[in-house]
Amino acid sequence: MATQTASLPTHTSSESAGIVLPAFTLWWRELVRFYRQRTRVIGVIASPLVFWAVLGSGFGTSFRAGDAAGQQHYLDYFYPGALIMIVLFTSIFTMMSVIEDRKEGFLLSVMVAPVPRSAIVLGKVLGGTTLAAAQGLIFLIFAPFIGIHFGFTTFLLVVLVVFLVSFALTALGFAIAWPMDSTSAFHAIINLFLIPLWLLSGALFPLSGASGWIRGLMHINPLTYGVEGLRNLLFPETPGLSPLSSSIATLVLFSLFMFGLAFFMANRRTTKPAA
Amino acid sequence: MDGVSFDVRPAELFGLLGPNGSGKTTLFRILSTLMVPNAGRALVVGRDTAKEPACVRRQIGVVFQAQSVDQKLTAYENLWHQGHLYGLRGAALQRRITEILARVGLADRVKELVETFSGGMARRVELAKGLLHNPTVLLLDEPTTGLDPGARRDLWAYLKVLRDEERISVLVTTHLMEEAERCDRLAILNEGKLVALGTPLELRQEIGGDVILLEAIGDPMALAERIQSRYNVAASVLGRHVRFEMENGHRVITTVVEAFPGEIQAVSVSKPTLEDVFIHRTGHRFWNQANAEALNSER
Repeated sequence: MATQTASLPTHTSSESAGIVLPAFTLWWRELVRFYRQRTRVIGVIASPLVFWAVLGSGFGTSFRAGDAAGQQHYLDYFYPGALIMIVLFTSIFTMMSVIEDRKEGFLLSVMVAPVPRSAIVLGKVLGGTTLAAAQGLIFLIFAPFIGIHFGFTTFLLVVLVVFLVSFALTALGFAIAWPMDSTSAFHAIINLFLIPLWLLSGALFPLSGASGWIRGLMHINPLTYGVEGLRNLLFPETPGLSPLSSSIATLVLFSLFMFGLAFFMANRRTTKPAA
Repeated sequence: MDGVSFDVRPAELFGLLGPNGSGKTTLFRILSTLMVPNAGRALVVGRDTAKEPACVRRQIGVVFQAQSVDQKLTAYENLWHQGHLYGLRGAALQRRITEILARVGLADRVKELVETFSGGMARRVELAKGLLHNPTVLLLDEPTTGLDPGARRDLWAYLKVLRDEERISVLVTTHLMEEAERCDRLAILNEGKLVALGTPLELRQEIGGDVILLEAIGDPMALAERIQSRYNVAASVLGRHVRFEMENGHRVITTVVEAFPGEIQAVSVSKPTLEDVFIHRTGHRFWNQANAEALNSER
């Protein structure tokens, strides 16, 4: 891309819009749109509640003596995985808005503005991240009910982990949604990706119990480190797979990689009438 | 696209006329930096749309055929968002939004959601979006699609104001002859090729005299051949009709009808229109049958 130093005399506001302001305004729009669609607001707040109500009462009676994760109650074991699942679905599905924006023509007007593609990716992804992370954090309300109590520092670290997972997954959603022109195709691809990603993250069953090749897959699944990081924070007395710092480092790398992927997808210029 | 070359002058209302599939939209996408041409280049204010898209983007305001305003935002919020994309902010942006919304006649609907607006009002927000950052060139793709006649008239009147008062170069694509007539200059496209370029008047004048259209009773090809040899003009066959151009058409038709008794169902003579220019240059109608049906269902 050309340097943007050349000033054009005919124009009054020729300085570049930069990245921050466009990204901020796209993020803001994502939140306003969310807030104006009441059903989405209800969905985000109510789905963790419903999820936990069903899960809690179901597990509470069925697996009373369950010791799937060593000495831990299964419902406790499952808690971090449930939180990640909520974040996973919300993150990726918020990026359905990329397809909607394209269909509604809104995206075109952003693409002809003097805005770097990185700002478009950043704004949309941060918008989705905010919504997904907020939903994940709503789920934290239930932590005390299964006997998890944590201090302020731990809370901040939980927020960090949830944010990183949301960001990486939203960016993944963006990269998948960008070239697509229909939401049903998006659904199909997402189901192909999401369910295995989640199943193999240690959310349902621990790595230690898995057979060889499954364990290998679980080790390279970045989501494993999200679940692991949360488990580390919420159950500090239970020995973890890897230290918190390496989980967080992995999530940072995962986020950067996914953002890079989303940026790469959005930055391809085309000679085809694709946009 | 093949061999399409033209210039748009400062403060000019320039039209791109062509039937569906003629390459208007492709050209529009190239000019608005959304597409990179395979060959050739497009310059906007001296900048190459493929090599310096960021420079071009700051100079152009774009109004797409499809709606690009956000239904879930108010008119004000849409423009606030748009202004940020162009690096405008704060009090200056606020002033500009108020000013531009007043210009397009929406001063009293500023705080209402766009989803409550009529088609014409939404299009005015669209126009305000395109003009917010004071572009030197305004590109509009079929801007009157879906508007009622009153709203169409308003829009065209406003484009002229922009040209005259703000000295903006306006490029409009259209498939409507009556809209093309209102442009200062026109490029007519067909199947990706430039078929004519000039003012509407120049283009119409290149047709020698009047346009005569005969509806044949029998074989139109045979009738066309005999007319060609008798009057020494080029006659073309359009469906059941034979079309040719001659001066003093009103006199010619009486001799034609007398010369070919029982072969002509109906006769018409008319001053050349832009559609005649199109037929003259391409040898076929602006609307083929499929196009015409699509248009009718659109209406």
